[in-house]
Amino acid sequence: MELIPYVVAYIAVGIFVIACLARFFMWSRMPMHMRWELYPVAHEPGRAHYGGSYLEEVDWWKKPRESSLWGELKAMVPEILFLVALKENNKKMWNVSFPFHFGLYLVIGCTALMMGTAVLGAISPSIMAGGFGKLLRVAIMACGYGGLGLSLLGALGLLSRRLGDAELKDFTSPADIFNLVFFLLAFGFTLANLVLFDRDFSRSFAFVYGLVTFNMVPLPGGSTQAWMTTISVILMGALVAYIPMTHMSHFIGKYFAYHAIRWNDAPNLKGGDQEAPINDLLHRPVSWSAPHIQGDGKKTWADVATRDFSKGNTQ
Amino acid sequence: MNQPKSVKDISRGDEPLAAIDKNKQPPLPPPYDTPESIPDIKPLSDKARESYVVLDDTIALNIPRPKSREEEEKLVNSFLAGFRRLFNESDNWTFLQPLVMSMEHCAKCQTCSDACHIYEESGRNPLYRPTYRSEIMRRIYYKYVKNASTWVHGDIDLNWKTVARLIELSYRCNVCRRCAQTCPIGVDNALLAREIRKIASQEMGIAAVELHDRGSMLQLQVGSSTGMNSLVVKDNVEFIDEDTSEKLGFEVKTPWDKKGADILLIHNAGEIMAWPENVGCFTALFNEAGLNWTMSSELAAYDSINYGVWYDDVQFARTALLHAKAAKDLGVKKIVLGECGHAHKALTVIADKVLTGEVNTPRESCMPLLRDIVAGKYQKIEFDPSRNNFPVTLHDPCNYVRLMGIVMPQREILKKIVPKKQFREMEPHGVHNYCCGGGSGFAIMSGHNFGDWRHHMTGRRKFRQVLEAFGNEPMGPEDYKYICAPCSNCKGQLRDIIEYYDAFNKHGIYYGGLVELMCNAMAKAQPGFIDWEWH
Repeated sequence: MELIPYVVAYIAVGIFVIACLARFFMWSRMPMHMRWELYPVAHEPGRAHYGGSYLEEVDWWKKPRESSLWGELKAMVPEILFLVALKENNKKMWNVSFPFHFGLYLVIGCTALMMGTAVLGAISPSIMAGGFGKLLRVAIMACGYGGLGLSLLGALGLLSRRLGDAELKDFTSPADIFNLVFFLLAFGFTLANLVLFDRDFSRSFAFVYGLVTFNMVPLPGGSTQAWMTTISVILMGALVAYIPMTHMSHFIGKYFAYHAIRWNDAPNLKGGDQEAPINDLLHRPVSWSAPHIQGDGKKTWADVATRDFSKGNTQ
Repeated sequence: MNQPKSVKDISRGDEPLAAIDKNKQPPLPPPYDTPESIPDIKPLSDKARESYVVLDDTIALNIPRPKSREEEEKLVNSFLAGFRRLFNESDNWTFLQPLVMSMEHCAKCQTCSDACHIYEESGRNPLYRPTYRSEIMRRIYYKYVKNASTWVHGDIDLNWKTVARLIELSYRCNVCRRCAQTCPIGVDNALLAREIRKIASQEMGIAAVELHDRGSMLQLQVGSSTGMNSLVVKDNVEFIDEDTSEKLGFEVKTPWDKKGADILLIHNAGEIMAWPENVGCFTALFNEAGLNWTMSSELAAYDSINYGVWYDDVQFARTALLHAKAAKDLGVKKIVLGECGHAHKALTVIADKVLTGEVNTPRESCMPLLRDIVAGKYQKIEFDPSRNNFPVTLHDPCNYVRLMGIVMPQREILKKIVPKKQFREMEPHGVHNYCCGGGSGFAIMSGHNFGDWRHHMTGRRKFRQVLEAFGNEPMGPEDYKYICAPCSNCKGQLRDIIEYYDAFNKHGIYYGGLVELMCNAMAKAQPGFIDWEWH
């Protein structure tokens, strides 16, 4: 019984990590595609603010390619933290989506702080007993309560929009509703457990300490409190394991959407390292069967692309 | 039905799913703010309604209505086979990653809808939402490719109506990708419209006749979608040289097939037919700047168009290879694209992943080169901005700005050749511009009443922007105002929309390219190159 929350947490984190890695590898192993960038491209130094590119230069291929990491960070960090694109283009949705997402970040921050505090406490208990330790505990509580509260508000807002807004309703599947209800349940239960039985996060911290130090001691408190924490961990664990199985894993996809597609402006220069993989792709078979292609699964892209129509061939 | 109530309506009923009600469209600014100033859309003929699949007020593709259960099944099965090929690494490596990304990560927040000029100008008709066709496609993907639960991803009935209407619906998008720009996650509904067009063309042999038979196929067979072979094109350009020489007052001669030239210039051959002054101006400017350049009379190398970019990856690759081969054969140092947006994007950016080795000649836009000519980086040409002393606004072709990041060169040129007080930016502009309404092939599509439809729907936002840009100008017929549209397709669309609303004859709204303004300002030339005559 005492081991249940620990086992659930380990399994959930394991599934989350494996599923996220699987998604990451799925995206990264996809073949090179045609260039399909979309401006502004944030890493374009000196031009990103108006959406310009190196293609504004004569003989651009003779000039050194410059890419600004600072430019990418300037675009990415506000986008990740504050959902800038949504704020600018859909304020109504941002009003509910931002608290939901920012709340999640705070909950993740709270968990990371508890883990960091646990490691620090295990290494040097004296540091944790002092003012710095107190500061950390205040930060943990602020992130925990703030995050759960904001996410719950956001999830409620999102649910009400999904159910009540005619623009969204027709595009909403039962699973979309389930996902939001799942968040409400897991976060709501966890918040209730904290408010009722663990206001200073000491029991939560004890649990995280046990997780980090692999010292799976029974959770302190009476049986009701232990059960409440166990249920909370089961709900949160299930949610953590479930997220990467759904379109909510867009946090992984979004990385590729920006870096592999929208901002991927790397040119294929003569004799450069892109030519070999492109040649490989051009020798893959084609099976598109329209009359002007007649792909038979044996002809390659190079074969069909070099077909001569100038000699009277019409198909 | 004036508008669909649900995405599932795509599979139901025999009536069109939407109809334009001009009284429900947002009104245009003056002087087009009264119902009488807006022509009525020409209705489809009864014969067309009986013969073809009808989605709304118009028809782009002439998909015949199936006459038997067998024909219905054939249509569905062929579509499904093509749909599955889209997700095959060999058949669709070209766009697999962006496609799967857009299939799997839409949050269905509808942010993209507000960015779409067609949806907005339709009076927010749900059929024209960027997500309407994407959601249908997504449901087919999960149900038939991933075999996933419809409880999770939504259900759709895949019958012949779904297939035929979805394909027709893919031709209600300009593929301008403004929606993708606003998506918080990076979903690209424009790409999805193009992927549907690919299934239709590459698997089912269904495409707009203007894009395929009379477009990319004609170019591959004869050399140009205009039908001009190399002899005819050289003859026509010789005539243009003579005409331009006369107008400018000095000799203009286009070099052909010059081996080892620095630059191979490729025009959209539509310019040669419809806007010869554009071709003449390029020759005049390049010669006066002392550039070592040439045009090519090889197959397809005198016509930069690549219609495959709108509907078919194979046709796209074939055309790009012909352009690149001509450059290799002449041994030029680079290809420069004339004023044609889709040709810019096709050959400079997208073909980047098709051209390797000896055909990988560098390609660039004419805009930076023209900017450097005006800036005096080559043989000096004097420009007199006072010759362009009339209101000028700039239309940004989507392919230059949002899709290539070429934003400033054209503005830097205008700063030097147009008096500052006469330049008016449209709002929004640059990478956030609106499509002219002719994007993705629409500018050359006018079967049945498709032309009317695009003037009421796809081109309406651009017309609104033009009216707003010139909002403080006198609107008499001789109060000339110039829309600078440095792209052949955009010019074609603007020409059509100005004609449709009679905006030149009534209000002096004229259009043309960028090099025409440059020639008009050339100090060496006779004044009055722009003649304010409707051609």
